[in-house]
Amino acid sequence: MKRSRDLRKGPIRRAWWLFILPMMAAFAIGFVWPFIQGIYLSFCTFVTTSDAKINGIMNDNSFFHNYIKAFQDPTFVRAFWYSALFAIVSLVIINVLAFTLAYLLTQKLKGTNIFRTVFFMPNLIGGIVLGYIWSMIFDGILYFYGKTLVTEPVWGFWGLIIVVAWQQIGYMMIIYIAGLQAVPEDMLEAAKIDGANKWQTLWRVTIPNVMPSITICTFLTLTNGFKLFDQNLALTNGLPKPFVNGVPVGQTEMIALNIYNTFYVGSTSRGVAQAKAVVFFILVAALGLLQLAATRKKEVQQ
Amino acid sequence: MGTQKNGLARERVFKIILSVVLAIICIIYILPIGTLVINTFKQSTYVKSETFALPNEQSFVGFDNYIKGMTFGNYDFWKTVLYSFTITILSTALILLFTSMAAWYIARVDNKICRAIYYLCVFSMVVPFQMVMFTLSKTADTLKLNTPWTIPIVYLGFGAGLAIFMFVGFVKSIPLEIEEAAVIDGCGPIRTFFLVVFPMLKPTMISVGILEIMWVWNDYLLPYLVLDRNLYRTIPLHIQYLQGSYGQVDWGATMALIFLGIVPVVIFYLICQKHIIKGVAAGAVKG
Repeated sequence: MKRSRDLRKGPIRRAWWLFILPMMAAFAIGFVWPFIQGIYLSFCTFVTTSDAKINGIMNDNSFFHNYIKAFQDPTFVRAFWYSALFAIVSLVIINVLAFTLAYLLTQKLKGTNIFRTVFFMPNLIGGIVLGYIWSMIFDGILYFYGKTLVTEPVWGFWGLIIVVAWQQIGYMMIIYIAGLQAVPEDMLEAAKIDGANKWQTLWRVTIPNVMPSITICTFLTLTNGFKLFDQNLALTNGLPKPFVNGVPVGQTEMIALNIYNTFYVGSTSRGVAQAKAVVFFILVAALGLLQLAATRKKEVQQ
Repeated sequence: MGTQKNGLARERVFKIILSVVLAIICIIYILPIGTLVINTFKQSTYVKSETFALPNEQSFVGFDNYIKGMTFGNYDFWKTVLYSFTITILSTALILLFTSMAAWYIARVDNKICRAIYYLCVFSMVVPFQMVMFTLSKTADTLKLNTPWTIPIVYLGFGAGLAIFMFVGFVKSIPLEIEEAAVIDGCGPIRTFFLVVFPMLKPTMISVGILEIMWVWNDYLLPYLVLDRNLYRTIPLHIQYLQGSYGQVDWGATMALIFLGIVPVVIFYLICQKHIIKGVAAGAVKG
Protein backbone atom coordinates (compact mmCIF):
# COMPACT_ATOMS: atom_id res chain seq x y z
CA MET A 1 0.00 0.00 0.00
CA LYS A 2 2.82 2.34 0.92
CA ARG A 3 4.78 1.56 -2.19
CA SER A 4 1.82 2.30 -4.45
CA ARG A 5 1.75 5.74 -2.89
CA ASP A 6 5.39 6.17 -3.90
CA LEU A 7 4.44 5.55 -7.53
CA ARG A 8 1.74 8.16 -7.20
CA LYS A 9 4.14 10.82 -6.00
CA GLY A 10 6.92 9.81 -8.37
CA PRO A 11 7.90 11.23 -11.72
CA ILE A 12 4.76 9.71 -13.27
CA ARG A 13 2.62 12.31 -11.61
CA ARG A 14 4.75 15.11 -12.95
CA ALA A 15 4.40 13.79 -16.50
CA TRP A 16 0.68 14.68 -16.60
CA TRP A 17 1.20 17.03 -19.54
CA LEU A 18 2.37 14.12 -21.63
CA PHE A 19 0.00 11.40 -20.50
CA ILE A 20 -3.28 13.11 -19.84
CA LEU A 21 -3.18 16.50 -21.53
CA PRO A 22 -3.57 15.38 -25.19
CA MET A 23 -6.58 13.22 -24.35
CA MET A 24 -8.11 15.92 -22.14
CA ALA A 25 -7.63 18.62 -24.80
CA ALA A 26 -9.43 16.52 -27.41
CA PHE A 27 -12.06 15.49 -24.86
CA ALA A 28 -12.70 19.15 -24.07
CA ILE A 29 -13.11 19.98 -27.76
CA GLY A 30 -15.07 16.87 -28.66
CA PHE A 31 -17.28 16.53 -25.63
CA VAL A 32 -17.03 18.80 -22.58
CA TRP A 33 -17.32 22.18 -24.29
CA PRO A 34 -20.01 21.15 -26.82
CA PHE A 35 -21.98 19.57 -23.97
CA ILE A 36 -21.89 22.67 -21.75
CA GLN A 37 -22.63 24.93 -24.70
CA GLY A 38 -25.48 22.61 -25.67
CA ILE A 39 -27.12 22.96 -22.25
CA TYR A 40 -26.66 26.73 -22.43
CA LEU A 41 -28.09 27.02 -25.95
CA SER A 42 -31.18 25.04 -24.99
CA PHE A 43 -32.21 28.20 -23.08
CA CYS A 44 -31.41 30.54 -25.98
CA THR A 45 -32.92 31.71 -29.24
CA PHE A 46 -30.30 31.40 -31.97
CA VAL A 47 -29.48 30.54 -35.56
CA THR A 48 -25.75 30.25 -35.06
CA THR A 49 -23.75 30.04 -31.82
CA SER A 50 -22.60 33.67 -31.96
CA ASP A 51 -26.05 35.31 -32.11
CA ALA A 52 -27.56 33.42 -29.14
CA LYS A 53 -29.97 35.41 -26.93
CA ILE A 54 -30.89 33.94 -23.56
CA ASN A 55 -34.66 33.50 -23.36
CA GLY A 56 -36.39 35.58 -20.68
CA ILE A 57 -33.31 37.73 -20.10
CA MET A 58 -32.25 39.06 -23.49
CA ASN A 59 -35.68 38.77 -25.14
CA ASP A 60 -39.37 38.57 -24.20
CA ASN A 61 -39.71 34.78 -24.30
CA SER A 62 -40.12 32.86 -21.08
CA PHE A 63 -36.96 31.23 -19.74
CA PHE A 64 -38.21 27.72 -20.59
CA HIS A 65 -39.57 28.83 -23.96
CA ASN A 66 -37.67 26.15 -25.94
CA TYR A 67 -38.71 23.32 -23.65
CA ILE A 68 -42.36 24.42 -23.70
CA LYS A 69 -42.23 24.66 -27.50
CA ALA A 70 -40.61 21.24 -27.72
CA PHE A 71 -43.38 19.55 -25.77
CA GLN A 72 -46.03 21.47 -27.69
CA ASP A 73 -44.58 20.25 -30.98
CA PRO A 74 -46.79 17.41 -32.26
CA THR A 75 -43.97 15.99 -34.37
CA PHE A 76 -41.73 15.64 -31.31
CA VAL A 77 -44.44 14.08 -29.16
CA ARG A 78 -45.23 11.63 -31.93
CA ALA A 79 -41.54 10.85 -32.50
CA PHE A 80 -41.14 10.23 -28.78
CA TRP A 81 -43.95 7.68 -28.54
CA TYR A 82 -43.02 6.16 -31.87
CA SER A 83 -39.44 5.61 -30.65
CA ALA A 84 -40.70 4.16 -27.37
CA LEU A 85 -42.95 1.70 -29.19
CA PHE A 86 -40.17 0.86 -31.62
CA ALA A 87 -37.65 0.34 -28.81
CA ILE A 88 -39.95 -2.04 -26.93
CA VAL A 89 -40.98 -4.07 -29.98
CA SER A 90 -37.39 -4.36 -31.20
CA LEU A 91 -36.26 -5.26 -27.67
CA VAL A 92 -38.64 -8.22 -27.47
CA ILE A 93 -38.05 -9.51 -31.00
CA ILE A 94 -34.26 -9.16 -30.99
CA ASN A 95 -33.76 -10.67 -27.56
CA VAL A 96 -36.07 -13.64 -28.07
CA LEU A 97 -34.48 -14.51 -31.42
CA ALA A 98 -30.92 -13.81 -30.28
CA PHE A 99 -31.36 -15.96 -27.17
CA THR A 100 -32.91 -18.78 -29.18
CA LEU A 101 -30.04 -18.75 -31.67
CA ALA A 102 -27.46 -18.56 -28.89
CA TYR A 103 -29.13 -21.50 -27.13
CA LEU A 104 -29.10 -23.59 -30.31
CA LEU A 105 -25.50 -22.68 -31.07
CA THR A 106 -24.36 -23.90 -27.65
CA GLN A 107 -25.87 -27.38 -28.18
CA LYS A 108 -22.67 -28.69 -29.85
CA LEU A 109 -24.21 -28.82 -33.30
CA LYS A 110 -22.26 -29.29 -36.52
CA GLY A 111 -21.33 -26.06 -38.29
CA THR A 112 -21.74 -23.86 -35.23
CA ASN A 113 -18.79 -21.67 -36.21
CA ILE A 114 -20.12 -20.98 -39.69
CA PHE A 115 -23.56 -20.13 -38.30
CA ARG A 116 -22.05 -17.74 -35.77
CA THR A 117 -19.92 -16.06 -38.43
CA VAL A 118 -22.90 -15.51 -40.70
CA PHE A 119 -25.31 -14.29 -38.02
CA PHE A 120 -22.84 -11.75 -36.73
CA MET A 121 -21.79 -10.35 -40.09
CA PRO A 122 -24.63 -7.81 -40.68
CA ASN A 123 -23.47 -6.06 -37.52
CA LEU A 124 -20.40 -4.75 -39.29
CA ILE A 125 -22.30 -3.03 -42.05
CA GLY A 126 -23.15 0.58 -41.28
CA GLY A 127 -26.67 1.91 -40.85
CA ILE A 128 -26.77 4.05 -44.01
CA VAL A 129 -25.53 1.30 -46.30
CA LEU A 130 -27.79 -1.23 -44.61
CA GLY A 131 -30.77 1.08 -44.98
CA TYR A 132 -30.36 1.31 -48.73
CA ILE A 133 -29.84 -2.41 -49.22
CA TRP A 134 -33.09 -3.11 -47.41
CA SER A 135 -34.87 -0.23 -49.04
CA MET A 136 -34.18 -1.94 -52.37
CA ILE A 137 -35.45 -5.27 -51.03
CA PHE A 138 -38.65 -3.91 -49.48
CA ASP A 139 -39.47 -1.83 -52.52
CA GLY A 140 -38.73 -4.84 -54.69
CA ILE A 141 -41.32 -6.87 -52.78
CA LEU A 142 -43.90 -4.08 -52.58
CA TYR A 143 -43.46 -3.40 -56.31
CA PHE A 144 -45.71 -6.39 -57.00
CA TYR A 145 -48.49 -4.55 -55.15
CA GLY A 146 -47.72 -1.23 -56.85
CA LYS A 147 -46.61 0.36 -53.56
CA THR A 148 -43.37 1.48 -51.93
CA LEU A 149 -42.11 1.31 -48.37
CA VAL A 150 -43.18 4.87 -47.61
CA THR A 151 -46.81 4.62 -48.77
CA GLU A 152 -48.03 3.15 -45.47
CA PRO A 153 -46.52 4.06 -42.06
CA VAL A 154 -47.02 0.51 -40.81
CA TRP A 155 -44.65 -0.85 -43.48
CA GLY A 156 -42.00 1.64 -42.50
CA PHE A 157 -42.31 0.52 -38.89
CA TRP A 158 -41.94 -3.18 -39.58
CA GLY A 159 -39.33 -2.47 -42.23
CA LEU A 160 -37.22 -0.71 -39.64
CA ILE A 161 -37.80 -3.52 -37.16
CA ILE A 162 -36.61 -6.11 -39.69
CA VAL A 163 -33.49 -4.09 -40.56
CA VAL A 164 -32.56 -3.49 -36.93
CA ALA A 165 -33.26 -7.11 -36.01
CA TRP A 166 -31.16 -8.37 -38.90
CA GLN A 167 -28.34 -6.14 -37.75
CA GLN A 168 -28.45 -6.65 -34.00
CA ILE A 169 -29.49 -10.27 -33.48
CA GLY A 170 -25.94 -11.46 -34.17
CA TYR A 171 -24.47 -8.99 -31.71
CA MET A 172 -26.83 -9.92 -28.88
CA MET A 173 -26.36 -13.59 -29.76
CA ILE A 174 -22.61 -13.24 -29.09
CA ILE A 175 -23.31 -11.81 -25.63
CA TYR A 176 -25.82 -14.58 -24.89
CA ILE A 177 -23.40 -17.27 -26.07
CA ALA A 178 -20.77 -15.92 -23.64
CA GLY A 179 -23.39 -16.04 -20.87
CA LEU A 180 -24.57 -19.53 -21.73
CA GLN A 181 -21.05 -20.91 -21.85
CA ALA A 182 -20.51 -19.65 -18.30
CA VAL A 183 -23.42 -21.67 -16.88
CA PRO A 184 -21.78 -24.26 -14.60
CA GLU A 185 -21.81 -27.71 -16.22
CA ASP A 186 -22.41 -29.50 -12.90
CA MET A 187 -25.62 -27.53 -12.30
CA LEU A 188 -26.98 -28.77 -15.63
CA GLU A 189 -25.85 -32.31 -14.76
CA ALA A 190 -27.54 -32.10 -11.36
CA ALA A 191 -30.79 -30.97 -12.96
CA LYS A 192 -30.61 -33.91 -15.38
CA ILE A 193 -30.00 -36.41 -12.56
CA ASP A 194 -32.92 -34.94 -10.63
CA GLY A 195 -35.08 -35.80 -13.63
CA ALA A 196 -35.71 -32.32 -15.01
CA ASN A 197 -36.60 -32.23 -18.69
CA LYS A 198 -34.96 -29.80 -21.13
CA TRP A 199 -37.71 -27.22 -20.77
CA GLN A 200 -37.50 -27.22 -16.96
CA THR A 201 -33.71 -27.03 -17.06
CA LEU A 202 -33.90 -24.05 -19.41
CA TRP A 203 -36.31 -22.09 -17.21
CA ARG A 204 -35.05 -23.09 -13.77
CA VAL A 205 -31.29 -23.37 -14.30
CA THR A 206 -30.10 -21.78 -17.53
CA ILE A 207 -32.12 -18.57 -17.63
CA PRO A 208 -31.50 -17.56 -13.98
CA ASN A 209 -27.79 -18.09 -14.64
CA VAL A 210 -27.67 -15.88 -17.72
CA MET A 211 -29.61 -13.03 -16.10
CA PRO A 212 -26.57 -10.67 -16.32
CA SER A 213 -26.43 -11.17 -20.10
CA ILE A 214 -30.18 -10.66 -20.34
CA THR A 215 -29.87 -7.36 -18.44
CA ILE A 216 -27.08 -6.12 -20.72
CA CYS A 217 -28.87 -7.10 -23.93
CA THR A 218 -32.20 -5.68 -22.78
CA PHE A 219 -30.72 -2.28 -22.10
CA LEU A 220 -28.55 -2.31 -25.21
CA THR A 221 -31.51 -3.02 -27.49
CA LEU A 222 -33.64 -0.49 -25.64
CA THR A 223 -31.14 2.37 -25.92
CA ASN A 224 -30.23 1.37 -29.49
CA GLY A 225 -33.93 1.56 -30.32
CA PHE A 226 -34.26 5.05 -28.89
CA LYS A 227 -31.02 6.26 -30.47
CA LEU A 228 -31.68 4.89 -33.97
CA PHE A 229 -30.81 7.43 -36.66
CA ASP A 230 -28.90 6.19 -39.72
CA GLN A 231 -31.31 3.39 -40.61
CA ASN A 232 -34.27 5.70 -40.07
CA LEU A 233 -32.76 8.31 -42.39
CA ALA A 234 -31.83 5.84 -45.12
CA LEU A 235 -34.93 3.65 -45.06
CA THR A 236 -37.90 6.01 -44.69
CA ASN A 237 -36.53 9.46 -43.78
CA GLY A 238 -39.66 9.85 -41.65
CA LEU A 239 -42.04 9.43 -44.59
CA PRO A 240 -44.98 9.44 -45.18
CA LYS A 241 -45.51 12.98 -43.95
CA PRO A 242 -49.22 13.89 -44.07
CA PHE A 243 -50.53 17.19 -42.70
CA VAL A 244 -52.15 16.84 -39.29
CA ASN A 245 -53.91 20.06 -38.19
CA GLY A 246 -51.85 21.99 -40.71
CA VAL A 247 -48.49 20.59 -39.58
CA PRO A 248 -46.56 17.97 -41.58
CA VAL A 249 -45.97 15.05 -39.21
CA GLY A 250 -43.49 12.36 -40.21
CA GLN A 251 -45.24 9.08 -39.50
CA THR A 252 -42.03 7.07 -39.19
CA GLU A 253 -39.82 9.78 -37.75
CA MET A 254 -37.95 8.79 -34.59
CA ILE A 255 -36.57 11.14 -31.90
CA ALA A 256 -33.03 11.44 -33.25
CA LEU A 257 -34.25 12.21 -36.77
CA ASN A 258 -36.82 14.65 -35.40
CA ILE A 259 -34.08 16.56 -33.57
CA TYR A 260 -31.92 16.54 -36.68
CA ASN A 261 -34.76 17.88 -38.85
CA THR A 262 -35.61 20.59 -36.33
CA PHE A 263 -31.97 21.70 -36.39
CA TYR A 264 -31.20 21.59 -40.07
CA VAL A 265 -34.45 21.66 -42.06
CA GLY A 266 -35.61 25.27 -41.99
CA SER A 267 -33.22 26.09 -39.12
CA THR A 268 -35.58 28.68 -37.63
CA SER A 269 -36.07 26.91 -34.30
CA ARG A 270 -32.63 25.68 -33.34
CA GLY A 271 -33.19 26.58 -29.70
CA VAL A 272 -36.15 24.23 -29.65
CA ALA A 273 -34.05 21.57 -31.37
CA GLN A 274 -31.36 21.89 -28.72
CA ALA A 275 -33.99 21.66 -25.97
CA LYS A 276 -35.32 18.47 -27.59
CA ALA A 277 -31.74 17.17 -27.64
CA VAL A 278 -31.41 17.81 -23.89
CA VAL A 279 -34.67 15.97 -23.21
CA PHE A 280 -33.39 13.12 -25.39
CA PHE A 281 -30.10 13.08 -23.49
CA ILE A 282 -31.89 12.91 -20.12
CA LEU A 283 -33.98 10.00 -21.39
CA VAL A 284 -30.98 8.01 -22.65
CA ALA A 285 -28.89 8.84 -19.55
CA ALA A 286 -31.74 7.71 -17.28
CA LEU A 287 -31.82 4.37 -19.12
CA GLY A 288 -28.04 4.12 -18.66
CA LEU A 289 -28.31 4.77 -14.92
CA LEU A 290 -31.11 2.20 -14.62
CA GLN A 291 -28.88 -0.33 -16.33
CA LEU A 292 -26.03 0.47 -13.96
CA ALA A 293 -28.31 0.02 -10.97
CA ALA A 294 -29.67 -3.25 -12.36
CA THR A 295 -26.22 -4.74 -13.02
CA ARG A 296 -24.90 -3.60 -9.62
CA LYS A 297 -27.80 -5.31 -7.88
CA LYS A 298 -27.11 -8.53 -9.77
CA GLU A 299 -23.45 -8.40 -8.80
CA VAL A 300 -24.34 -8.16 -5.12
CA GLN A 301 -26.64 -11.15 -5.39
CA GLN A 302 -23.97 -13.43 -6.81
CA MET B 1 -30.52 -49.43 -21.46
CA GLY B 2 -32.71 -49.81 -24.56
CA THR B 3 -34.70 -46.65 -23.89
CA GLN B 4 -31.51 -44.69 -23.31
CA LYS B 5 -30.11 -45.84 -26.63
CA ASN B 6 -33.39 -44.90 -28.24
CA GLY B 7 -33.17 -41.48 -26.61
CA LEU B 8 -29.65 -40.93 -27.91
CA ALA B 9 -30.68 -41.84 -31.43
CA ARG B 10 -33.63 -39.49 -31.18
CA GLU B 11 -31.36 -36.72 -29.98
CA ARG B 12 -29.03 -37.28 -32.92
CA VAL B 13 -31.88 -36.98 -35.39
CA PHE B 14 -33.07 -33.89 -33.54
CA LYS B 15 -29.63 -32.32 -33.82
CA ILE B 16 -29.45 -33.00 -37.54
CA ILE B 17 -32.84 -31.37 -38.03
CA LEU B 18 -31.68 -28.37 -36.00
CA SER B 19 -28.55 -28.04 -38.11
CA VAL B 20 -30.62 -28.07 -41.27
CA VAL B 21 -33.00 -25.42 -39.88
CA LEU B 22 -30.06 -23.24 -38.89
CA ALA B 23 -28.50 -23.68 -42.32
CA ILE B 24 -31.74 -22.46 -43.91
CA ILE B 25 -31.83 -19.43 -41.59
CA CYS B 26 -28.20 -18.78 -42.56
CA ILE B 27 -29.08 -18.71 -46.24
CA ILE B 28 -31.97 -16.32 -45.54
CA TYR B 29 -29.51 -14.21 -43.59
CA ILE B 30 -27.14 -13.88 -46.55
CA LEU B 31 -29.91 -13.30 -49.10
CA PRO B 32 -29.90 -9.48 -48.78
CA ILE B 33 -26.20 -9.42 -49.67
CA GLY B 34 -26.80 -11.84 -52.54
CA THR B 35 -29.63 -9.64 -53.80
CA LEU B 36 -27.30 -6.67 -53.59
CA VAL B 37 -24.67 -8.42 -55.69
CA ILE B 38 -27.02 -9.46 -58.51
CA ASN B 39 -28.50 -5.97 -58.67
CA THR B 40 -25.12 -4.35 -59.20
CA PHE B 41 -25.18 -5.90 -62.67
CA LYS B 42 -28.63 -4.65 -63.63
CA GLN B 43 -29.73 -1.57 -65.42
CA SER B 44 -31.02 1.02 -62.97
CA THR B 45 -34.71 0.82 -63.89
CA TYR B 46 -34.81 -2.92 -63.20
CA VAL B 47 -33.40 -2.72 -59.67
CA LYS B 48 -36.72 -1.96 -58.03
CA SER B 49 -38.96 -3.78 -60.50
CA GLU B 50 -37.12 -7.09 -60.87
CA THR B 51 -35.19 -7.02 -57.62
CA PHE B 52 -35.08 -10.76 -57.04
CA ALA B 53 -34.59 -11.93 -60.63
CA LEU B 54 -31.15 -12.74 -61.94
CA PRO B 55 -29.97 -10.29 -64.60
CA ASN B 56 -31.38 -11.28 -68.01
CA GLU B 57 -30.67 -10.13 -71.56
CA GLN B 58 -32.59 -6.92 -71.09
CA SER B 59 -31.44 -5.90 -67.65
CA PHE B 60 -27.81 -7.09 -67.71
CA VAL B 61 -25.31 -4.28 -68.13
CA GLY B 62 -22.04 -5.97 -67.16
CA PHE B 63 -19.77 -3.74 -65.16
CA ASP B 64 -21.40 -0.52 -66.39
CA ASN B 65 -22.72 0.33 -62.93
CA TYR B 66 -19.27 -0.01 -61.46
CA ILE B 67 -17.71 2.13 -64.17
CA LYS B 68 -20.44 4.75 -63.85
CA GLY B 69 -20.18 4.63 -60.07
CA MET B 70 -16.51 5.60 -60.15
CA THR B 71 -17.35 9.18 -61.11
CA PHE B 72 -20.98 9.19 -60.00
CA GLY B 73 -22.33 12.49 -58.69
CA ASN B 74 -19.30 14.36 -60.06
CA TYR B 75 -17.13 12.91 -57.32
CA ASP B 76 -14.39 10.31 -57.70
CA PHE B 77 -15.21 7.19 -55.76
CA TRP B 78 -11.56 6.37 -55.06
CA LYS B 79 -11.38 9.59 -53.05
CA THR B 80 -14.17 8.47 -50.71
CA VAL B 81 -12.33 5.17 -50.18
CA LEU B 82 -9.11 7.04 -49.48
CA TYR B 83 -10.79 9.40 -47.01
CA SER B 84 -12.65 6.59 -45.27
CA PHE B 85 -9.41 4.69 -44.78
CA THR B 86 -7.47 7.79 -43.69
CA ILE B 87 -10.05 8.85 -41.13
CA THR B 88 -10.56 5.34 -39.74
CA ILE B 89 -6.86 4.51 -39.41
CA LEU B 90 -5.79 7.90 -38.02
CA SER B 91 -8.67 8.09 -35.55
CA THR B 92 -8.16 4.57 -34.26
CA ALA B 93 -4.40 5.09 -33.89
CA LEU B 94 -4.91 8.38 -32.10
CA ILE B 95 -7.54 6.94 -29.75
CA LEU B 96 -5.44 3.87 -28.91
CA LEU B 97 -2.30 5.86 -28.18
CA PHE B 98 -3.67 8.77 -26.18
CA THR B 99 -6.46 7.03 -24.26
CA SER B 100 -4.16 4.20 -23.17
CA MET B 101 -1.63 6.75 -21.91
CA ALA B 102 -4.31 8.72 -20.11
CA ALA B 103 -5.89 5.57 -18.71
CA TRP B 104 -2.59 4.41 -17.24
CA TYR B 105 -2.09 7.79 -15.61
CA ILE B 106 -5.66 7.82 -14.27
CA ALA B 107 -5.41 4.29 -12.88
CA ARG B 108 -1.98 4.72 -11.31
CA VAL B 109 -2.05 8.27 -9.96
CA ASP B 110 -5.64 7.77 -8.83
CA ASN B 111 -6.17 11.13 -7.08
CA LYS B 112 -9.35 13.20 -6.95
CA ILE B 113 -8.78 14.90 -10.31
CA CYS B 114 -8.12 11.57 -12.00
CA ARG B 115 -11.26 10.07 -10.57
CA ALA B 116 -13.24 13.11 -11.70
CA ILE B 117 -11.87 12.74 -15.25
CA TYR B 118 -12.68 9.04 -15.19
CA TYR B 119 -16.29 9.61 -14.17
CA LEU B 120 -16.63 12.36 -16.75
CA CYS B 121 -15.49 9.87 -19.40
CA VAL B 122 -17.95 7.24 -18.20
CA PHE B 123 -20.66 9.90 -18.22
CA SER B 124 -19.85 10.81 -21.84
CA MET B 125 -20.73 7.25 -22.85
CA VAL B 126 -24.42 7.77 -22.10
CA VAL B 127 -24.69 11.08 -23.98
CA PRO B 128 -26.30 10.63 -27.39
CA PHE B 129 -24.62 12.36 -30.32
CA GLN B 130 -27.65 14.57 -31.02
CA MET B 131 -27.03 16.33 -27.70
CA VAL B 132 -23.72 17.76 -28.90
CA MET B 133 -24.01 17.56 -32.67
CA PHE B 134 -24.75 21.23 -33.35
CA THR B 135 -22.25 22.72 -30.93
CA LEU B 136 -19.59 20.12 -31.75
CA SER B 137 -19.80 20.81 -35.47
CA LYS B 138 -19.52 24.56 -34.81
CA THR B 139 -16.51 24.08 -32.52
CA ALA B 140 -14.84 21.76 -35.02
CA ASP B 141 -15.47 24.29 -37.77
CA THR B 142 -13.93 27.14 -35.77
CA LEU B 143 -10.84 25.06 -34.99
CA LYS B 144 -10.54 23.92 -38.65
CA LEU B 145 -11.03 20.27 -37.74
CA ASN B 146 -13.04 19.80 -40.94
CA THR B 147 -10.49 17.82 -42.99
CA PRO B 148 -9.81 14.06 -43.01
CA TRP B 149 -6.45 14.79 -41.36
CA THR B 150 -7.84 16.76 -38.45
CA ILE B 151 -11.24 15.11 -37.84
CA PRO B 152 -9.48 12.28 -35.91
CA ILE B 153 -9.08 14.82 -33.06
CA VAL B 154 -12.87 15.09 -32.90
CA TYR B 155 -13.14 11.30 -32.85
CA LEU B 156 -10.55 11.13 -30.08
CA GLY B 157 -12.58 13.62 -28.08
CA PHE B 158 -16.03 12.15 -28.60
CA GLY B 159 -14.87 8.52 -28.52
CA ALA B 160 -12.56 8.77 -25.51
CA GLY B 161 -15.19 7.61 -23.00
CA LEU B 162 -15.47 3.94 -23.91
CA ALA B 163 -11.71 3.59 -24.54
CA ILE B 164 -10.79 5.14 -21.18
CA PHE B 165 -13.37 2.98 -19.44
CA MET B 166 -11.98 -0.22 -20.94
CA PHE B 167 -8.30 0.67 -20.51
CA VAL B 168 -8.64 1.82 -16.89
CA GLY B 169 -10.47 -1.41 -16.04
CA PHE B 170 -7.63 -3.42 -17.55
CA VAL B 171 -4.73 -1.41 -16.07
CA LYS B 172 -6.22 -1.86 -12.60
CA SER B 173 -5.99 -5.63 -13.05
CA ILE B 174 -2.23 -5.48 -13.82
CA PRO B 175 -0.11 -6.01 -10.68
CA LEU B 176 1.83 -2.91 -9.70
CA GLU B 177 5.05 -4.83 -8.94
CA ILE B 178 6.09 -5.08 -12.60
CA GLU B 179 6.03 -1.32 -13.06
CA GLU B 180 7.73 -0.76 -9.73
CA ALA B 181 10.55 -3.03 -10.79
CA ALA B 182 10.96 -0.95 -13.93
CA VAL B 183 11.05 2.26 -11.89
CA ILE B 184 13.64 0.79 -9.53
CA ASP B 185 15.72 -0.20 -12.56
CA GLY B 186 15.79 3.47 -13.48
CA CYS B 187 12.98 3.75 -16.05
CA GLY B 188 11.27 7.10 -16.26
CA PRO B 189 7.51 7.31 -16.80
CA ILE B 190 7.85 7.29 -20.60
CA ARG B 191 9.97 4.18 -20.73
CA THR B 192 7.91 2.49 -18.02
CA PHE B 193 4.77 3.04 -20.03
CA PHE B 194 6.01 2.24 -23.53
CA LEU B 195 8.35 -0.63 -22.70
CA VAL B 196 6.51 -2.27 -19.81
CA VAL B 197 2.82 -1.31 -19.72
CA PHE B 198 2.06 -0.81 -23.42
CA PRO B 199 2.86 -4.41 -24.47
CA MET B 200 0.71 -5.75 -21.64
CA LEU B 201 -2.29 -3.76 -22.88
CA LYS B 202 -2.41 -5.72 -26.16
CA PRO B 203 -5.69 -7.66 -25.59
CA THR B 204 -7.57 -4.49 -24.65
CA MET B 205 -5.88 -2.62 -27.51
CA ILE B 206 -7.34 -5.14 -29.95
CA SER B 207 -10.84 -4.92 -28.43
CA VAL B 208 -10.87 -1.13 -28.31
CA GLY B 209 -9.29 -0.89 -31.76
CA ILE B 210 -11.95 -3.07 -33.33
CA LEU B 211 -14.81 -1.20 -31.68
CA GLU B 212 -13.38 2.14 -32.86
CA ILE B 213 -12.73 0.89 -36.40
CA MET B 214 -16.33 -0.37 -36.68
CA TRP B 215 -17.67 2.90 -35.32
CA VAL B 216 -15.58 5.31 -37.39
CA TRP B 217 -15.81 3.41 -40.67
CA ASN B 218 -19.61 3.26 -40.54
CA ASP B 219 -20.22 6.64 -38.92
CA TYR B 220 -22.40 8.97 -40.93
CA LEU B 221 -23.69 11.96 -38.99
CA LEU B 222 -20.44 13.14 -37.39
CA PRO B 223 -18.43 13.36 -40.64
CA TYR B 224 -21.50 14.72 -42.41
CA LEU B 225 -21.69 17.65 -40.01
CA VAL B 226 -17.98 18.19 -39.42
CA LEU B 227 -16.25 17.58 -42.76
CA ASP B 228 -16.20 20.12 -45.57
CA ARG B 229 -18.62 18.07 -47.68
CA ASN B 230 -17.79 19.61 -51.04
CA LEU B 231 -14.20 18.49 -50.74
CA TYR B 232 -14.25 15.44 -48.50
CA ARG B 233 -16.73 12.57 -48.41
CA THR B 234 -16.48 9.20 -46.71
CA ILE B 235 -18.21 6.16 -48.22
CA PRO B 236 -21.45 6.37 -46.15
CA LEU B 237 -21.54 10.12 -46.73
CA HIS B 238 -21.15 9.71 -50.48
CA ILE B 239 -23.87 7.07 -50.67
CA GLN B 240 -26.32 9.18 -48.70
CA TYR B 241 -25.42 12.12 -50.94
CA LEU B 242 -26.25 10.20 -54.09
CA GLN B 243 -29.55 9.03 -52.64
CA GLY B 244 -30.62 12.21 -50.96
CA SER B 245 -29.83 15.13 -53.18
CA TYR B 246 -30.61 14.04 -56.74
CA GLY B 247 -34.07 13.91 -58.26
CA GLN B 248 -33.42 10.78 -60.28
CA VAL B 249 -31.66 8.20 -58.15
CA ASP B 250 -29.42 5.79 -60.06
CA TRP B 251 -30.06 2.61 -58.11
CA GLY B 252 -27.74 0.43 -60.21
CA ALA B 253 -24.71 2.63 -59.63
CA THR B 254 -25.60 3.13 -55.94
CA MET B 255 -25.81 -0.61 -55.40
CA ALA B 256 -22.42 -1.08 -57.10
CA LEU B 257 -20.86 1.50 -54.77
CA ILE B 258 -22.55 -0.01 -51.72
CA PHE B 259 -21.12 -3.37 -52.65
CA LEU B 260 -17.64 -1.92 -53.11
CA GLY B 261 -18.00 -0.22 -49.73
CA ILE B 262 -18.89 -3.50 -48.01
CA VAL B 263 -16.00 -5.51 -49.49
CA PRO B 264 -13.28 -4.09 -47.17
CA VAL B 265 -15.54 -4.68 -44.15
CA VAL B 266 -16.15 -8.31 -45.07
CA ILE B 267 -12.44 -8.94 -45.71
CA PHE B 268 -11.57 -7.31 -42.40
CA TYR B 269 -14.21 -9.43 -40.67
CA LEU B 270 -13.07 -12.72 -42.17
CA ILE B 271 -9.44 -12.01 -41.22
CA CYS B 272 -10.02 -10.77 -37.66
CA GLN B 273 -13.23 -12.65 -36.91
CA LYS B 274 -12.08 -14.12 -33.61
CA HIS B 275 -10.85 -10.78 -32.29
CA ILE B 276 -13.93 -8.94 -33.51
CA ILE B 277 -16.32 -11.26 -31.73
CA LYS B 278 -14.22 -11.11 -28.56
CA GLY B 279 -13.88 -7.34 -28.76
CA VAL B 280 -17.58 -6.87 -29.20
CA ALA B 281 -18.36 -9.05 -26.21
CA ALA B 282 -15.83 -7.09 -24.13
CA GLY B 283 -17.28 -3.73 -25.14
CA ALA B 284 -20.87 -4.78 -24.57
CA VAL B 285 -21.34 -2.07 -21.97
CA LYS B 286 -22.04 0.47 -24.67
CA GLY B 287 -24.38 0.36 -27.66
